[in-house]
Amino acid sequence: MSNSVLLAIDGSAGGERALQYAMERAKLGGAKLIVAYVIEWSQYSFNTPEENAERHKRREQEIKRATETIVDPAAKVLKAADIDCQTVVTHGPPAETLIKLANKYEVAQIVIGRRGQSGIKALLFGSVAGNLIQTSPVPVVVVP
Amino acid sequence: MIRFFAAAFALVMLALPAHAGFDEAINAATAPIASAVGAFVFFKIPVLGAQLPLVVLWLVIGAVFFTFYMGFVNVRGFKHAIQLVRGDYADPESPGEVSHFQALATAVSGTVGIGNIGGVAVAVTIGGAGATFWLIVAGFLGMSTKFVECTLGVKYRQENPDGSVSGGPMYYMKKGFEERGMEGFGKFMGTFYAIGIFVGALGIGNMFQSNQAYVQLNTVAGGALDGLGWLVGLILAAVVFMVIIGGIKSIARVTEKIVPFMAVFYCVFAIIVILMNFTSIPAAIGNIFAGAFTGAGVQGGAIGALIIGFQRAVFSNEAGIGSASIAHAAVRTPEPVTEGYVSLLEPFIDTIVICTITALVIGTSQVADPNFAGDATGVAMTSAAFERQIGWFPIPLAFGALLFAFSTMISWSYYGLKGWTYLFGEGQMGQTIYKLMFCAFVALGCMVQLGPILDISDALVFLICVPNILGLYFLAPIVKREMVSYMARLDSGEIKKYNH
Repeated sequence: MSNSVLLAIDGSAGGERALQYAMERAKLGGAKLIVAYVIEWSQYSFNTPEENAERHKRREQEIKRATETIVDPAAKVLKAADIDCQTVVTHGPPAETLIKLANKYEVAQIVIGRRGQSGIKALLFGSVAGNLIQTSPVPVVVVP
Repeated sequence: MIRFFAAAFALVMLALPAHAGFDEAINAATAPIASAVGAFVFFKIPVLGAQLPLVVLWLVIGAVFFTFYMGFVNVRGFKHAIQLVRGDYADPESPGEVSHFQALATAVSGTVGIGNIGGVAVAVTIGGAGATFWLIVAGFLGMSTKFVECTLGVKYRQENPDGSVSGGPMYYMKKGFEERGMEGFGKFMGTFYAIGIFVGALGIGNMFQSNQAYVQLNTVAGGALDGLGWLVGLILAAVVFMVIIGGIKSIARVTEKIVPFMAVFYCVFAIIVILMNFTSIPAAIGNIFAGAFTGAGVQGGAIGALIIGFQRAVFSNEAGIGSASIAHAAVRTPEPVTEGYVSLLEPFIDTIVICTITALVIGTSQVADPNFAGDATGVAMTSAAFERQIGWFPIPLAFGALLFAFSTMISWSYYGLKGWTYLFGEGQMGQTIYKLMFCAFVALGCMVQLGPILDISDALVFLICVPNILGLYFLAPIVKREMVSYMARLDSGEIKKYNH
């Protein structure tokens, strides 16, 4: 059984709480954290020609922004606490991509923050945490 | 040509303080220009009693040649095209780039326009039911032409210093010929094409679209907009202006997302109408086949039907025009030929599926009641065919026509702009001039009768296929080499399918 945990963050307060939770657990159990940020993207979207022409450039900007403003600061906090961690920033449908990452890094658990969306919004778009719980191959901890 | 634009532009500007009779004045002014341009491009030769425009022959020969030369890639590559669009071969290590599906969807929404609704009606009116058969054949052969041009579009696209990409015939001419040691010729061809596309964008992707959107709106309004083409035109132009000059991209994004659903909605209702006319289906299909080979009642007989079918098909699916390769060029793939495969689905969806459905809606209505549409042609005829069975349908059809027209105009403004920047560079001033001209033509389209617009648009469109197809002949061996090598690696298992 691997001793690594996939921590999904999104720059929200829920993600911040998930980070705190995962950090405490990692300290206790000496686990390695895989810090992941998934930029929501679908290969089946409809775009204007201009959006497509600039996609490559935008993709790099999106990755840079997510890395610099969300993932790197989180990794800094973890390193300061002496926790072994690795970061991933990638595009994709969030829940599906997190599961792929969980498989790829053979993690024992996924930790994710709760977004706390309103009823209708959650009904229409679903929630990442909700989807994860339904489909994840490993236990999922949803931090409220 | 520049004088032609200047005159047209001035006319549109004059429209501001216009009155109801203004549309007529515009009509009178443009009709001679249209027929002169048309006569030049559509130089006709008499064949078996029909007048065959040279340029149509040019397209047919091109499409037949590419179909044979590529070993019927339009049939043999079909399954692989679908696998690619599904993302079966997408590299899981680089998500977030333009996918095959996205490039196809963007190109399709540029091609699926009013041609699919109104253009087919024009074909059936002039070429009889048999034109439908040739329309489908043209769509089928056009798949091979698309394959060639879109592969080249990706292979020779240009990566700009700012990280964006520009592609299309002007780039594959320039770079492709350079590679073959014909640098000067490549430059000439690239320039030729770039002029063709930026001028051509004002017809097929602009005036024809706004014209037919106006016609359908007027039909729904029961003729209340008669003589108010200038007003509708100015409103449409203003919306296009907001998007392409005002930078309000959200309008374009929303349109882009609604159009695919509208297309599905249109097809579903078209099929319902066909089924409601079900007793007429066998006769309608019989007419298509009979007309294709006998040309009963059509001027020029079977050849006449063939000419019309091919003309309308190209107008609708743009195979041979090279425009779609500009949109397809944005895809990220290490194998340019994959985008060629994907692109062959475009004439399939556009012509073989959507145009055929429209043709059957009209055809079955004609069997049931030969005079169902009265004198109406174009989109008004299609609308009448729907109305026979579903009384309220012209209203959503008008909305759909507006959206189709709009998305096609946005795509073509981009295609035209790419031609413009290829020639005159990325200067903001020049781009704005082009965009203003584009908006002016949107307005103009609503003021002119369908006839002259079709003449101008057809002429401009076919003008672009001359350099494009000529270039494709020279560059086709490169595409064939890529295709053979790719297929070999696919068969040997070197190119793997990723399991998703």
